Amino acid sequence: MPPVNPSCRAIARCVQSGGAVRAFSVVLDCADTMISPDTQREHSAAVAAQEALSMERWSRSRLNADDQAPVAGGGLLDRRLFLKRGLVFSGAGALAWSSGAAGADQAALPSLRVPGRGFSNYGQPSEQEKRAIRWISANRAVPGNGVSWSPLHALEGIITPSGLHFERHHNGVPDIRIDAHRLLIHGMVERALTFSLADLARYPMRSQMLFVECGGNSNSGWNKEPLQSRAGYLHGLASCSEWAGVPLAVVLDEAGIDPAAKWLIAEGADAAAIHISIPLKKAMDDCMLALYQNGERIRPENGYPLRLIVPGWEGILSIKWLQRLEVAAEPVMARNETAKYTELLPSGKSRMFTFVMDAKSVITSPSPGDTLRSHGLYEVRGLAWSGRGRIRRVDVSADAGKTWAPAQLQEPVLPMCFTRFRIPWNWRGETAVLKSRAIDESGYVQPERDKLVAERGRNGYFHYNAIAAWQVDEDGEVTHVYR
Amino acid sequence: MSIASHALWVACLGLPALAADRIEGPGLGSPVSAQSVAARNTSIYPDGRGLPEGRGSAGDGRLVYQQKCASCHGERGEGGSGGHLVGRGPLTGSDADKAVGNYWPSATTLFAFTRRAMPMDAPGSLSADDTYAVTAFLLYLNGIVGADEALDARSLPAVRMPNRDGFVWIDAVQPEKPR
Ligand code: HEC
Repeated sequence: MPPVNPSCRAIARCVQSGGAVRAFSVVLDCADTMISPDTQREHSAAVAAQEALSMERWSRSRLNADDQAPVAGGGLLDRRLFLKRGLVFSGAGALAWSSGAAGADQAALPSLRVPGRGFSNYGQPSEQEKRAIRWISANRAVPGNGVSWSPLHALEGIITPSGLHFERHHNGVPDIRIDAHRLLIHGMVERALTFSLADLARYPMRSQMLFVECGGNSNSGWNKEPLQSRAGYLHGLASCSEWAGVPLAVVLDEAGIDPAAKWLIAEGADAAAIHISIPLKKAMDDCMLALYQNGERIRPENGYPLRLIVPGWEGILSIKWLQRLEVAAEPVMARNETAKYTELLPSGKSRMFTFVMDAKSVITSPSPGDTLRSHGLYEVRGLAWSGRGRIRRVDVSADAGKTWAPAQLQEPVLPMCFTRFRIPWNWRGETAVLKSRAIDESGYVQPERDKLVAERGRNGYFHYNAIAAWQVDEDGEVTHVYR
Repeated sequence: MSIASHALWVACLGLPALAADRIEGPGLGSPVSAQSVAARNTSIYPDGRGLPEGRGSAGDGRLVYQQKCASCHGERGEGGSGGHLVGRGPLTGSDADKAVGNYWPSATTLFAFTRRAMPMDAPGSLSADDTYAVTAFLLYLNGIVGADEALDARSLPAVRMPNRDGFVWIDAVQPEKPR
């Protein structure tokens, strides 16, 4: 059994009481899964309380009439509002510092009087943040078979810390000796070659910020009823890192590709011996042999010492623990490109080789499990990404999609990378339904759930990317709804 | 490393993304013998390329299955901690249920996956004969081969899976006649 994840008890409980336990197993290929216990609710209450305090401080300061003019229903305000108000705040903030009780408390802080701890060779998150964790759902008979979700609701910016990058393992995380590991390139090439990691480290490298998203991410969305869980535990089989390594084309060119070849079969060195077929054109265009993630060597659970990165395409293609690349005329028809990672349609036909991850967005704050403690000004924040390139626009609605306003896209806005969006929102205590809708540079618009289900039915299992709806009720509680 | 390839490295440094521009590396790949390639090449294709010698029938496979698979997949492939391995229903309708018999497009995939990844607690431990046998047993449970039909490198690729034409390629060019 994987180490019991302390932050999952409440979710497991609330899901069980909702009668939707099955929903959790939908991300796995197997019939039965283990749900780890959790104390998430207390945690999110604490986080929400802290957030509410700082929000209250913002909303107490004056709003002039122009600032308050909503740009869409439900209290959405101009996306530039916080920029304008920043000026007002700096003045008010200075006053608060110089005047009073807060200053006195600060002076009594023990941290000012006791020498601090020493250095550490490798830093860890604060003890107080131990609950910003991946949530594990694994097979009870095979602990290395399952997934863990990134806690997107607990993170800011666009980079996922390596230790919180989602996992999908089919049969566990292998221990691989970096010195002994050899990448083999063979098949329709002029010469079969092997490369050690030391060899690869001498090749010209690049780094690129890219999301990796499991083809099965968000798939509880196919359920008849909305699953109640945190935003990250619904949509967090997606993470974003700065990957660094060698452009794949350089090594393939060295082997000399037969012009008749069309596919590349990539294989991992794990106990599931995962292999998968990738069109050779994509491999030559923009794939990477990654050695580093977020500046350091890739973590074992993310493919140490070598991972293939296939930008913007479903995560199963980004083979971890990469050990073999076979240049071929046709796909190998592996189990994970036939029985799985294909989508059955209502017609009885199935979509196969659905590589591109369509545009998706999700509001990370406020999001299910949060409670808004006071009325007033909030920043609605979220993430958007597309396998087709850059995010061009994200619209946000606070009235279930009746009216929309464009959110601010925070730079950098990069192709096939998480993009952070923000928009101010004045919550006056009425029931509101928050939605976000991503539009990418190809013009693709993230669909409403009704439309996606009408096109694909509910048995597709993979590639769910519909607009998510979070309902804020009059008490400030946020839940997942279908609207 | 040649001076020319060094110049190419430098030329590429300013590019923002992994581009298709051709860069040359230092050429450090080591040649490998055909035997070492063969030893590491585990690909098995729908036309049978890559299948090992050996044979087995559903009759032989029943015992292998009971000893090595049933604990996770159920006595008759109905599923347990591992998914169900038998499916015969139609793929239309709201409760369509995908499994080996009604969904998988090729029998070689079943053999290849079992050989690589099963049993999950001892992957790669089955002999070629046992793999043919347990594959035959699963195809028998799914109503696709007879109880005594022996499978080997020639007969396995010839097994006609009911859903072999059920797939439409989306982001890759599908050959005229799907395999
Ligand atoms: C320890 C438990 C366990 C044992 C023993 C086991 N399996 Fe599995 N099997 C699994 C799990 C778990 C999966 C799902 C794998 C994944 O998520 O990639 C699976 C998947 C499969 C699949 C793919 C099913 C599908 O629809 O995609 C087949 C076929 C299969 N097993 C056959 C076998 C055979 C044959 C044996 C015996 C030789 C066996 N298994 C033994 C746990 C087991």
